[in-house]
Amino acid sequence: MISLQIDGKPVSVPEGTKILQAAAAAGVKIPKLCATDSLQPFGSCRLCLVEIEGRRGTPASCTTPVEDGMRVTTQSTKLAKLRRGTMELYISDHPLDCLTCAANGDCELQDMAGAVGLREVRYGYAGANHLKAAKDESNPYFTFDASKCIVCSRCVRACEEVQGTFALTIDGRGFASKVSAGNKSFLESECVSCGACVQACPTATLMEKSIIDHGQPEHSVITTCAYCGVGCTFEAEMQGNEVVRMTPYDDGKANHGHSCVKGRFAWGYATHKERVLKPMIRAKTSDPWREVNWEEAIAYTAREFRRIQAQYGRDSIGGITSSRCTNEETYLVQKVIRAAFGNNNTDTCARVCHSPTGYGLKTAFGTSAGTQDFDSVDDADVIVVIGANPTDAHPVFASQMKRRLRAGAKLIVIDPRRIDLVKSAHICADYHLALRPGTNVAIINALAHVVVTEGLVDEAYVTERCEAAAFEQWRRFVAEERNSPEAVAAITGVPAAEIRGAARLYATGGNAAIYYGLGVTEHSQGSTMVMGMANLAMATGNIGKRGVGINPLRGQNNVQGSCDMGSFPHEFPGYRHVSEDATRAAFEKAWGVPLQAEPGLRIPNMFDAALDGSFKGIYVQGEDIAQSDPNLQHVSAALSAMECVVVQDLFLNETAGFAHVFLPGCSFLEKDGTFTNAERRLGRVRKAMPPKNGLADWEITMALSNAMGYPMHYAHPSEIMDEIARLTPTFAGISYEKLDRLGSVQWPCNDDAPGGTPVMHVGGFARGKGRFTITGFIPTDERTTARFPLILTTGRILSQYNVGAQTRRTANVVWHEEDLLEIHPLDAENRGIKDGDLVAVASREGETSLRAQVSERMQPGVVYTTFHYPSSGANVVTTEFSDWATNCPEYKVTAVQVRKTERVSEWQREWWGGHESRPHGA
Amino acid sequence: MNRDRMVHDANQIALYFASGPRDEALAGIADHLKKFWTPRMRQEIEEYVRAGGGGVHELARDAIAKLVP
Repeated sequence: MISLQIDGKPVSVPEGTKILQAAAAAGVKIPKLCATDSLQPFGSCRLCLVEIEGRRGTPASCTTPVEDGMRVTTQSTKLAKLRRGTMELYISDHPLDCLTCAANGDCELQDMAGAVGLREVRYGYAGANHLKAAKDESNPYFTFDASKCIVCSRCVRACEEVQGTFALTIDGRGFASKVSAGNKSFLESECVSCGACVQACPTATLMEKSIIDHGQPEHSVITTCAYCGVGCTFEAEMQGNEVVRMTPYDDGKANHGHSCVKGRFAWGYATHKERVLKPMIRAKTSDPWREVNWEEAIAYTAREFRRIQAQYGRDSIGGITSSRCTNEETYLVQKVIRAAFGNNNTDTCARVCHSPTGYGLKTAFGTSAGTQDFDSVDDADVIVVIGANPTDAHPVFASQMKRRLRAGAKLIVIDPRRIDLVKSAHICADYHLALRPGTNVAIINALAHVVVTEGLVDEAYVTERCEAAAFEQWRRFVAEERNSPEAVAAITGVPAAEIRGAARLYATGGNAAIYYGLGVTEHSQGSTMVMGMANLAMATGNIGKRGVGINPLRGQNNVQGSCDMGSFPHEFPGYRHVSEDATRAAFEKAWGVPLQAEPGLRIPNMFDAALDGSFKGIYVQGEDIAQSDPNLQHVSAALSAMECVVVQDLFLNETAGFAHVFLPGCSFLEKDGTFTNAERRLGRVRKAMPPKNGLADWEITMALSNAMGYPMHYAHPSEIMDEIARLTPTFAGISYEKLDRLGSVQWPCNDDAPGGTPVMHVGGFARGKGRFTITGFIPTDERTTARFPLILTTGRILSQYNVGAQTRRTANVVWHEEDLLEIHPLDAENRGIKDGDLVAVASREGETSLRAQVSERMQPGVVYTTFHYPSSGANVVTTEFSDWATNCPEYKVTAVQVRKTERVSEWQREWWGGHESRPHGA
Repeated sequence: MNRDRMVHDANQIALYFASGPRDEALAGIADHLKKFWTPRMRQEIEEYVRAGGGGVHELARDAIAKLVP
């Protein structure tokens, strides 16, 4: 520690600390403009000047490191004069419109004018200035008013250091210098609208339009974002019950004050005019909806479900929990199914995304969850990204990952598509294994083959930490010639030398961390691939410390939580099988009813059972199975065959078209609860406004349970969490009091780890010894043929979120008005397709049409689309092939043919009400 | 339930376990079906196997035959 005095106050700080920070630690405020906690020191504004005893001049305190025995003066006549002089220069070229400025009351320039005692501007305002500089209002969420810019470079540095996009720069020199988005408007530029620049701006130069419209907030509520699995902490800044700004929270442990365009700006869906706020019922789906009060809607639903059970049996109904709802709500839905319905027909949308993660990681390590916290990436030397596109789907974590990559970590990308990470500003992947879709397991086995046959196994780790017999069996298996890079090159399309190079880098490059997404799980061998990655990590000792691990990047905000909460038909909360007598007995005692000891129906089983007449009623909370599940013709037929479909959602989604009861849900802004992010972190969701529909989602489920004769009496979601903690060993130490005290907690959290567990499997695996499994490559049954020669794979983009129910109802549509089909120039040319052409995409299951985007991101033979718009029909063409272990659909591999067309497909024309083009928002 | 789908799913499970020793494969398939298939699904596939089980992978057939209802 370094000891010094600042204005006579002694202070000790770590070596390397700058005087400005040391002063703050000593409780001394030094005026500043270009410095801010989230950015590296810059030393340009000349306000934070100080005097140091024994030194000449007045150095900038933000860039000057502390030294032992240093005596610093922050306030003196000389310094005051210098600061006032600097402020005079700033203000001589700044509009004097404070009273009508959107930043009034939240402007650092205004604050500094006060702090330095500015009383006059000797230079006047008539000189050359920037006061007439044009205002850029192109971005839907914020404005750039160059007339108010003091060129402190905070925005430029935020774009570089925090976001890592490098979209902004300072153009020109001296008086002509200005912030530029590459000489384009913000909307046309490479800006990703993360809001970091707006957050960093000390004036009203970069300003949220919502603040311009509404004025400054008067209170705020700290909550957790409801978009992706990063789980950013935000301050919902309010005027009464209206959100006027969502600001990333500096102390948020998942996001550290950063955000993306969705969480930061795309919250307007919560008040969108299409939101349904009254319950509705109808006897037949051909009838018009009839608005009813909550009592009637709940009573009708309960009556129908009981009627169906009386007529068709106890197992004839079930439900689907939501990864968008809170842990407490998810827990209640599976509880009402198990305890009130009396069966285990509960499933969740993780079925169609990360169910293989649960199966694979539990098999290998003993716990169905990722191994690391996000901050672990700061200690990674080699980062492997497999089947994930973090810059689009998990942008805030991607920024953290990119910081580590810019600092020198090596990068291996395994993905059929050239995602942004392969080559972007100051980042270039050391290896991009552009494999053919459907060959993940062949690649992972080949990587393991190199590790085993080239003597790169961490023998000491394996001997100490893993089951010996299973390891030896696996070692013999992967060493077989069929798994060599040379043998699999023809299968995967990846040259053997690249596989060998990547394997050597992974095994010998230091801490190696694998991050993966749905490009791993949504395959017929999704679970096998998860276990294959686990094998590779264990063989190289890359589990159980910081900087390593197997890290699933969860798609939705609460995928981890919905799985944790017992949503799957075979597991109680905490991943304990329903056949475990002691576990079941504990739940039976707590819930006061006998529980089934056999697994219930998975979602695809429910559809099949509906079609054979044995499954007649379903309660769907916050999930749009009629858009998100594969082979929509099959889904539609199944839903149509049911007698009571109950949808609980914000909007009349696609599934609601088949519903008999619509229970309006509420947004994350309107309720209390918790979300669990991809790093097992529980963050509080706090009510910022009353439910616009009258009831929080947990209250709706509770009302349904009560009406069905199984009483629930929770007064607040904290009581539900208390019950979860009582019944789930990995959650035993979690309470709202602890979450409020610590900010967030990563499970397991119990007596062994009262503060939670950032990194799992330290010193030993949850299951005892790590288990290697044989992961033979089995090609998918979905094959390309002369009739269907291309492989369609799917993903999502930055500005839109999953089925788009939320983001399509925000201004984010300016970046993505429709889903496009990316196609390689060669494939396009062979078919006479040009950029922007309407093309038909046909598979064995169906046909849809999209606009083509000719792109060299794709490899020849592979096409790609997103599924954010229902009328795009990505799932009209996807098949029902699925993961062997979990039935997670194989969204990533569909054999298709693409041809130029003049007309949209038949079903789209019908969907659009006879129109040939897509109505706005459809 | 949809018999074709059940047969396909059972075969996929069998193909995964077929990479290991036969006794482990049979136990693995049976364990998987018990853990993740509803009793009715297991009963239907058992009945189908007892009736000949056309199209069912040999390992799956043997594992299913040993399932205890």
